[in-house]
Amino acid sequence: MSKVVVVTSGKGGVGKTTTSANLATGLAQEGLKTVAIDFDVGLRNLDLVMGCERRVVYDFVNVIRNEAKLQQTLIRDKRVEQLYVLPASQTRDKDALSAEGVGRVIEELKEMGFEYIICDSPAGIEKGAQMAMYFADEAIVVTNPEVSSVRDSDRVLGLLAAKTSRAELGGTPIRSHLLLTRYSPAMVKRGEMLSVADVLELLGIPLLGVIPESKAVLQSSNKGAPAILDETTDVAQAYLDVVSRFLGQDRQHRFIEDEKRGFFGRLFG
Amino acid sequence: MRFFEFFRKAPKSASLAKDRLSIIVARERAGTRTGGADYLPQLQQELLAVIARYEKIDLSNVTVNLDRHGGSEVLELNITLPESQPAAPPSSPRPSFA
Repeated sequence: MSKVVVVTSGKGGVGKTTTSANLATGLAQEGLKTVAIDFDVGLRNLDLVMGCERRVVYDFVNVIRNEAKLQQTLIRDKRVEQLYVLPASQTRDKDALSAEGVGRVIEELKEMGFEYIICDSPAGIEKGAQMAMYFADEAIVVTNPEVSSVRDSDRVLGLLAAKTSRAELGGTPIRSHLLLTRYSPAMVKRGEMLSVADVLELLGIPLLGVIPESKAVLQSSNKGAPAILDETTDVAQAYLDVVSRFLGQDRQHRFIEDEKRGFFGRLFG
Repeated sequence: MRFFEFFRKAPKSASLAKDRLSIIVARERAGTRTGGADYLPQLQQELLAVIARYEKIDLSNVTVNLDRHGGSEVLELNITLPESQPAAPPSSPRPSFA
């Protein structure tokens, strides 16, 4: 059984690629054969965050246009078994993605035995974003506790309910999960940031997890190693919880309350 | 003075954000998710065209809203007529084919 998961948000810069990289890595660490597909044609990023940018030979658009085989295009991760990346093209136009072509590649990935196919959506609600969500079984809607991000997420939920294969064929609707990123409990406590409860009430979808605002995200993308690989950081812990919950395990939500940190905690945190 | 501002209780920006979003999200859902309610802008234009035959008004005087209360939908029309100007006689601004 393969599952197609779209990581989407509408707004840019909220953490879609970070989430795709960490989720894919986390699922593969659980022994599940996983591929992360970068749908951001023209602005390839996932390969950088995953640290495999120098190993890109062919890309997603090459496969769609039958210029390369899927086997030779997939990049196998060197750190985690069962983890693969399908990079986006950097030069082609956005119209290169067709529903027919994307559908064919996803079918082929399923035949290759991939259990999880993670589709990293580009920002916006144009064709690239719609192609990323079109074949999805589940959606992770990445949202920052910030007005424009919440509004865009709501728009994306509308698209998920209308412009996807499941919606058009009348199948069971896509299951959407909320992932709240860049969360700062201290700011929420001071009334300066929308709380988890506020965003949940506004968007009305179940909470998959909360990722705290953290330096670890930038540090991991600097290195090209998803944060989840270094279990000592708060972000890694948060993403490990997300992966477990996504696989149906019960994990209490963390990083929601402002934890009192002592003098040394603040000094070295 | 800065010193006193420090002690003044600032309005909580998060609650402002939530209030603003509640309105926007409700409105956009009504507009895009009810299916069939996408005629609202056109309805507004056509109403305006009819009213403009009798009264001098502009687009901002006609608002059309679709709200949902529980299971039912309420179509709300709000037409503000100008106060002072006397009603222009309906001297057939329509093209006459007579």
